Amino acid sequence: MAKILAVDDSASMRQMVTFTLKGAGYEVVEASDGLEALQKAKTGKVDLVLTDVNMPNMDGITLIKELRALPNYKFTPILTLTTESGAGKKGEGRAAGATGWLVKPFSPEKLLATIKKVLG
Amino acid sequence: MNTAENIMSHELGLSSGNENDQFLTFIMAGEEYGVDILRVQEIRGWDNVTPIPNTPEYIKGVINLRGSIVPIIDLRERFGLARNEYGPTTVVIVVKVIDEERERVMGIVVDAVSDVYNVAEDDMKPPPDFGSVVSVDFVKGLTTVDEKMVIILDIDHMMTKDDLAGIAQNQ
Amino acid sequence: MTVDMSQFYQTFFEESFEGLDTMESSLLNLDVGAADEETINTIFRAAHSIKGGAGTFGFKAVSDFTHVMETLLDEIRDGKRLVTQETVDLLLQSVDCLRDMLTAVQNEDEIDQATVAAVQGNLEKLLNDASAGTPVEQRDDTGDEAATPEPAGEGWRIHFAPYEDLIKTGNDPVRMFRELAELGELEARLDDSQLPAFGEMDPEVCYLRWDLVLKTDAPLSVVEEVFEWVDGVCELRIEPLSSTGAEAATQEADAGSPAAPVPEAPVTNASAPAMPQRQAEPVVAENPTEAKAVTPKKKPASGGEHGSIRVSIDKVDALINLVGELVITQSMLGQIGDELDMDLDKLEKLRDGLGQLERNTRELQESVMRIRMLPISFAFQRFPRMVRDTAKKLNKEIELKLSGEQTELDKTVMEKIGDPLVHLVRNSIDHGVEAPEVREQAGKPRVGTVHLNAYHQGGNIVIEISDDGAGLNRDKILQKAREKGLVGEDEVPSDERIYDMIFDPGFSTADTISDVSGRGVGMDVVKRNIRELGGSIEVSTEAGKGSTFTIRLPLTLAILDGQLIRVGGDTFIVPLVSIIESLQADPAQINGLAGQAELYKLREDYIPIVRLYEVFGLKPKATRLEDGLLVVVEGDGQKVGLFVDDLLGQQQVVIKSLETNFRKVDGVSGATILGDGTVALILDISSLIQVSKRIGRKHRLPDEPTPEAGPDGDAATEQAA
Repeated sequence: MAKILAVDDSASMRQMVTFTLKGAGYEVVEASDGLEALQKAKTGKVDLVLTDVNMPNMDGITLIKELRALPNYKFTPILTLTTESGAGKKGEGRAAGATGWLVKPFSPEKLLATIKKVLG
Repeated sequence: MNTAENIMSHELGLSSGNENDQFLTFIMAGEEYGVDILRVQEIRGWDNVTPIPNTPEYIKGVINLRGSIVPIIDLRERFGLARNEYGPTTVVIVVKVIDEERERVMGIVVDAVSDVYNVAEDDMKPPPDFGSVVSVDFVKGLTTVDEKMVIILDIDHMMTKDDLAGIAQNQ
Repeated sequence: MTVDMSQFYQTFFEESFEGLDTMESSLLNLDVGAADEETINTIFRAAHSIKGGAGTFGFKAVSDFTHVMETLLDEIRDGKRLVTQETVDLLLQSVDCLRDMLTAVQNEDEIDQATVAAVQGNLEKLLNDASAGTPVEQRDDTGDEAATPEPAGEGWRIHFAPYEDLIKTGNDPVRMFRELAELGELEARLDDSQLPAFGEMDPEVCYLRWDLVLKTDAPLSVVEEVFEWVDGVCELRIEPLSSTGAEAATQEADAGSPAAPVPEAPVTNASAPAMPQRQAEPVVAENPTEAKAVTPKKKPASGGEHGSIRVSIDKVDALINLVGELVITQSMLGQIGDELDMDLDKLEKLRDGLGQLERNTRELQESVMRIRMLPISFAFQRFPRMVRDTAKKLNKEIELKLSGEQTELDKTVMEKIGDPLVHLVRNSIDHGVEAPEVREQAGKPRVGTVHLNAYHQGGNIVIEISDDGAGLNRDKILQKAREKGLVGEDEVPSDERIYDMIFDPGFSTADTISDVSGRGVGMDVVKRNIRELGGSIEVSTEAGKGSTFTIRLPLTLAILDGQLIRVGGDTFIVPLVSIIESLQADPAQINGLAGQAELYKLREDYIPIVRLYEVFGLKPKATRLEDGLLVVVEGDGQKVGLFVDDLLGQQQVVIKSLETNFRKVDGVSGATILGDGTVALILDISSLIQVSKRIGRKHRLPDEPTPEAGPDGDAATEQAA
């Protein structure tokens, strides 16, 4: 089953995302900020990255740029989790190389549907 | 705790899912008393206790039960029966009691363990106000097994509120 | 699948309260007019997380409120708005409001709508008024699903020409076709006219284009949603299939050359066209063990730079209990080892092993105990706000200094010391530091200082609360004490004793009962709370210079250094902190007082003798004082000589509660399990002195008024000292 890297500085969001994804059979790796995520991404290839945008230490946008610069992650789907549904953050995310986004708040069902859409 | 309960159930060969309530009975001063088996955690031999100062005589003290401090009460003394020398058959039944506030674990000293009976709800009669040696407060009901009377105890009130609150100690 | 969201609530509340604390302390650190960018970001992030979580977990009122806060913070962050004192005050107020809301939600109480509406109104007013920033945006709740329904047609003709870098965003046309195919019948024509010669092909570029025909009754918005993520990185035209349908909807009005439909094998559904990126993507073998790695959860913005993990306190306590058991087992083995009779060589090895076990056990115990330890900054962090607000209220100017914030203590101790600390700090602000004018007249700086300091000393943590205020008024205290009959008319107690009287029940030196700290809880309660934690408090003061309150607390409530004593067949533990000295009684120094109580002359003092066997009704070996030992102990400011048969060793004991299965016992603070598995009671010296007075009989303490006259044992004790 696909392996997903879930990045969010909020523990409750991570819990919810992880619980939902694991419940659907995905393997989940958690990280609480961009730096940790980058570290984890480097140590083992994941099939999809779900990342919050606003985080301490390294934000989501920088994380995406860093990931895209890695040969392993050139085409890996990366989705941002953002409350800012306005064009700004989405555009910024995509310019950095994000595949798409999921607008907070989202339900577990919506999360799974989106993941499924991307991973098939 | 759960483990102890499970082990108990196995050792006594009990099966769950029985319609009837099961009671562990014991003998004291010639009478047979029963306590709800689900409340019984384990049965152990009498061993030395650490006395607690300024508490009623029937509170024998406390023991170390796998790291928990558990009080031991002597049921004969609690019921005002004549004291009995503790001997090889003297046992401590460790039970779970529940009062309004919370669950506690305590041990009760009895002369000897007797048997396990199934008692249907219907077979239990309310305690008569018969002026028996045992205060009605401790009795949940009476039942008859093989022509013998068994007094089913209400173990939740073995220690009175005053005993537990620690007020007005006799000294 | 359905997910029960309530299982995440606890974490959400914890992190939200933590976030609020972070916001509060950051706001207090913010320099008005010159806000530090990182601080603003920290505040913003905290608000942002609360909003996101609240939205996800369905606490709409909370997320709506936070949204307004976030909007304000966003403007500040983007430099559209300056940080004014007004803004900071309002944000602090919002933090309080949000904290109340979260508490209400957590307790399933009603949210105080009026307050929320008022604060939110103020926030909105500020946002609109100052018009330094943009007006409050209406919140876009649902993303992009708000499009109006259009009439369904027969389907859509879609021209889709990815730009070269579409695949670099991780988007895969196949994925989109798959989605479209789910909407109806899809026919795709591939246009590979842009495909360069093989040698010139860049594997990271998508050269292909498609013309798609989708037969569906799905509205335009649904079809558009499929291409939502690639908006801007492709050329896209969507037109209705039927000529009579809705007018041509054109997405992305790029005037790219209209795709010349090149006849090709039609691709239907998800059968993938040759996708260059498939080859380009390196396949990395997954290491299954690596994949199992558990991520430690980091606590956001909470000081230490090391990762931390959130564990329920039950688990920690279970671990502590277990280690306690291990300590007991170890000491039991140690005892057996000491008594064992076997050949020397083996004995040596056994002793080595036991020694090793003891060291490891001790280290393990200390490590486990440390899990419960938190830096005292958790207790200190509420003070900047409190001092600021209280000083404002009293028109005083006060600077708060904090030091030793990283000093660690047990979580439970920390929770219980919070209120006494608040009281003492309030007391310093209210009664200690003078008004600015008064200070200037006295030649002091206008701004007073309150200093909170913490450090470790021995097995204790010391917390000092000092101010550079007026100091305690010795004469006023003495006068009051005389009025209350605590001190005789011609009696002149030592200064130390006089200052200590402020901890007497009902004693207040404030001329007027102020709103701030005069009411209700007094210093006596502070002292009692600290005593209940096994600690002590004392005050030192210098007129005109200020006062310092010094609190000493045990680092943990779970273990204690004890002296084992024996009376008859029973062993008891006396906390080492209570013991002053132990001595063999000299019969010449024993005095009876009015034939009732015994006093022992210890150098210059007369101390009452408390025979433990009498207080506890035990059968002792020694009844003559010269046959046993006197352990001089101090509890609650009073010294007594505790008469026991014998002293045994000293050891660290694990404190077990008697109340779990029984109740509190007078004179006893708890129990412990000794090396042989038996239970020993731990004496509570203060309480023991009280019991000895009550049970007294012929050994009643000399100063005990009669039981009728002195209903308040505490007052009597204080008087006696």
